[in-house]
Amino acid sequence: MKRKDFIQMAGMGLGSLVLPKLPFGSRFVDPAELLEQRMDGTAKKGLADIALNAARSAGATYADVRIGRYLNQYVITRETRVQNIANTESFGVGIRVIANGSWGFAATNDVTADGVARTAAKAVAVAKANARIIAEPVELAPQEGYGEVSWKTPIQKNVFEVPLKEKIDLLLSVNGAALQGGVNFVNSAILAINEQKYFASTDGSYIDQDIHRIYPNFNVTKIDKASGKFQTRRSLSSPVGMGYEYLTPTPESKVAGIVTRYKDRYDILEDVKNAAADVTQKISAKSVEAGKYDLILDPSHLWLTIHESVAHPTELDRVLGYEANFAGTSFLTLDKWKSGNFHFGSPLMNIVADKLQPGSLGAVGYDDEGVKCGKWDLVKEGVLVNYQAIRDQAHIIGLKHSQGCCYAQSWADVQFQRMPNVSLQPGKKPLSVDEMIKGVKKGIYIIGDGSFSIDQQRYNFQFGGQLFYEIEDGKIVGMLKDVAYQSNNQEFWNSLAAVADERDYRLGGAFNDGKGQPGQSNAVSHGSSTARFNGVNVINTARKIG
Amino acid sequence: MPILNKEEAQVLLKKVLGYSKADECAASLSGEEGGNIRYARNAVSTAGEMSRMSLSVSSSFGKKTGTATIDEFDDASLEKVVRRSEELAQLAPENPEHMPLLGPQTFDESITYVPSTAAITPDTRAEAVGRSIQVAKDAKLQAAGYIENTTGFRAIMNSKGLFAYDKDTDVIFSVTTRNEEGTGSGYAARGFNDVSKLDTFTATQIASRKAAGSVGARAIEPGKYTVILEPVAVTYMLENMFYGLDARSADEGRSFMSKPGGGNRLGEQLMDPKITIYSDPFNTELPSSTWNGEGQAMTKRTWIDKGVVKNLSYSRFWADKKGVAPVPGPGNIIMEGGTESLEEMIKNTEKGILVSRLWYIRMVDPQTLLLTGLTRDGTFYIENGEIKFPVKNFRFNESPVIMLNNVEALGRPERSISVESYRSYLVPPIKVRDFTFTSLSDAV
Repeated sequence: MKRKDFIQMAGMGLGSLVLPKLPFGSRFVDPAELLEQRMDGTAKKGLADIALNAARSAGATYADVRIGRYLNQYVITRETRVQNIANTESFGVGIRVIANGSWGFAATNDVTADGVARTAAKAVAVAKANARIIAEPVELAPQEGYGEVSWKTPIQKNVFEVPLKEKIDLLLSVNGAALQGGVNFVNSAILAINEQKYFASTDGSYIDQDIHRIYPNFNVTKIDKASGKFQTRRSLSSPVGMGYEYLTPTPESKVAGIVTRYKDRYDILEDVKNAAADVTQKISAKSVEAGKYDLILDPSHLWLTIHESVAHPTELDRVLGYEANFAGTSFLTLDKWKSGNFHFGSPLMNIVADKLQPGSLGAVGYDDEGVKCGKWDLVKEGVLVNYQAIRDQAHIIGLKHSQGCCYAQSWADVQFQRMPNVSLQPGKKPLSVDEMIKGVKKGIYIIGDGSFSIDQQRYNFQFGGQLFYEIEDGKIVGMLKDVAYQSNNQEFWNSLAAVADERDYRLGGAFNDGKGQPGQSNAVSHGSSTARFNGVNVINTARKIG
Repeated sequence: MPILNKEEAQVLLKKVLGYSKADECAASLSGEEGGNIRYARNAVSTAGEMSRMSLSVSSSFGKKTGTATIDEFDDASLEKVVRRSEELAQLAPENPEHMPLLGPQTFDESITYVPSTAAITPDTRAEAVGRSIQVAKDAKLQAAGYIENTTGFRAIMNSKGLFAYDKDTDVIFSVTTRNEEGTGSGYAARGFNDVSKLDTFTATQIASRKAAGSVGARAIEPGKYTVILEPVAVTYMLENMFYGLDARSADEGRSFMSKPGGGNRLGEQLMDPKITIYSDPFNTELPSSTWNGEGQAMTKRTWIDKGVVKNLSYSRFWADKKGVAPVPGPGNIIMEGGTESLEEMIKNTEKGILVSRLWYIRMVDPQTLLLTGLTRDGTFYIENGEIKFPVKNFRFNESPVIMLNNVEALGRPERSISVESYRSYLVPPIKVRDFTFTSLSDAV
């Protein structure tokens, strides 16, 4: 066991393993303390100026300072009991500089005038040491200073202000409904994140941001004792860039169909009742016959395929080789982009990068190097047209400005290129999911995300799901299990045959998009309407052991 | 400051417990310092240093427990963290699975700390990286890699008189070398407690040979093949299984260790008789702590004995419920092997595939432990005891449990790190028959 894990386990009560990894330097605090303000804007500006001046006087040609307070709350339950309630807070400062043409970074939780000045000097020393083994000096895209500005996630109800009891009661009622529905086990949780980030740079920006995210979820398990088999079904919720209002369902937010899915509001009680019925049905579902099928992919599933097959390979740092030792490189090489005619997908494939999309996990006003966020095309009518870049990469693809894709998971981590929300645009012609299914002779309709795996250049992938329905001659004829599809990325997107219109558009996403060494998590959403892919290879995943 | 010795830790923890008014109180203290360098395209890209110390206090009133943590160590802060944990305990719902704290235990001193590793400086790291980059440059390849060292301590004390202290050191290194054209790629990864064992020069040479050797890969049909998995591939392939050696999930019916009809697979011959897997905190190649976070002693324990499930971990709660002795989970994993080197294993193979590394392994089905993932950074076709040519990478769908039933041979164990969790294991290269490749990948 690594020390980090020990700290979490010791801190969380004995033997608890369900908690997600805490950011470096996190500590547990009581609920009341979460709402106290740690430091006001004037004090932050004062400290930031001390750091910037210290960096400059030590020889930095550029410096940025991030004073961050990161709050997390986890309420975790199983069956009839609460397993864990944890409030964590991490407060500190990260300072990044350029000196002698090289980046340097240092971080501290000593957020005092002395502490930040010392840390700024340390960052400059690291930069100067590294300057001996850089290939070429850092070239930063120009960036105007915005002065003192701020941005806040437009939430209606701060999760941290909702009494703990209300969250516990909700989760225990979810568990009760699941058990009543006949499941053997149920786990449920509400995870909430609040990033209070103050950014300042030698370009003259002082940016105060308050970012909120929430992820309510559950997982039910049903066991067939006689056969020793079990099935699970996870919630069809998404992590979102919203407040507690996400858990107040509205009729307009529900998408009717074989199982109810959700747009910008989530009915967790309704979904868990459906899940209990689904998981029971899964036990006796037909095991899929391997072969080629037309796939109808719901947005609750397709977001993950978009994430892995489109969003990752368009990250410019991967394309350039900076991730070669861990996450890998990318098949979307610069020559393909330069040619202007690389057909990544069919003409129905329109992919947009968007750092502003309301309700999304990636929505912020400014990125972590002080660049105002925006929206741009990555793939237009099937052709690769752009990447995701930050300030020190912009010149490589001929951009005059950064695209605002810089992010660090906490003050203690150095910011680097992370994906924005990357989404498939809805079909332009009116098309409902029912109409789409009607046109399928032999197909599988997949709802919810499951197992996922893709190679280090993003050619070959395999995805599972939560719910699989067999389509025969335009009709859903029953549930399937043991389904996974495998494909070559470019072939898959060229088999895109239909995209439902904007009425069906929904976001999915993840809190834990991983990249970098040491690893960092990024929260990101991916939107789409239901889409049809023709002739995809499906395998049967059933095996026998013992 | 972040690294306290045993006496300093004991004094501080005693002071913390002195503030307690709860029925039970447990405090844990840990500190860590270290640094890293990341490099790519034969140049450093980022580097950092970090240090921290943290104290966590859990207070219980009956079955209600609260925990609070702090990273300030003046007397007022120490008292504050104890009071806060008590306030949270009063607010918490009762936990029916609450177990009383353990009383005093005796622990042997661990062998996880190596002074030379604790003495690593930014210059040491830069030199190690410089040697790696030079190998790549000389071979006209591009290196991307990562080095990280940490030194840490942890100590626990509770109101029933239990105290434990431990410190350790760790260094990990990995490097990927690729040619300019992007048609060849190689990899090497190393992890040690003792930095004197780390040789970034030789590791990068191995990666470079793989990169050069993997150019011109041919496509061969996916299907069932005899494969030799190198230790870095074995580690990653078996890691999910090592995490699943738990009685509770098995008894609950939701694990590959669940038995049809109920109960778990303890005593069952689940794998080939050549397979023995155990933990031992005093293994000199892969030492681990002699106690865990609950204050339980970690001793040598066999999990799989000649293919038979010998032990599953039992938490104190689950052991109590089942009327058995608690079994702490593994602190390290050691898999017995044979005496053959990798080269000898290749020589003794008529037809097969050598797998250097696996990538992006994810669970497809937890009840059979079916995993999918891909080969990466050096996949080669073997015929008549020789590597004939590089082959294109494959996707596999395979269960480690099924794989460990199809074992042909085990080589000499070596310490290796998982490419995703960075945990170290001591495992042999393994030759298995009927390993299932399901499709080809164009990735290099």
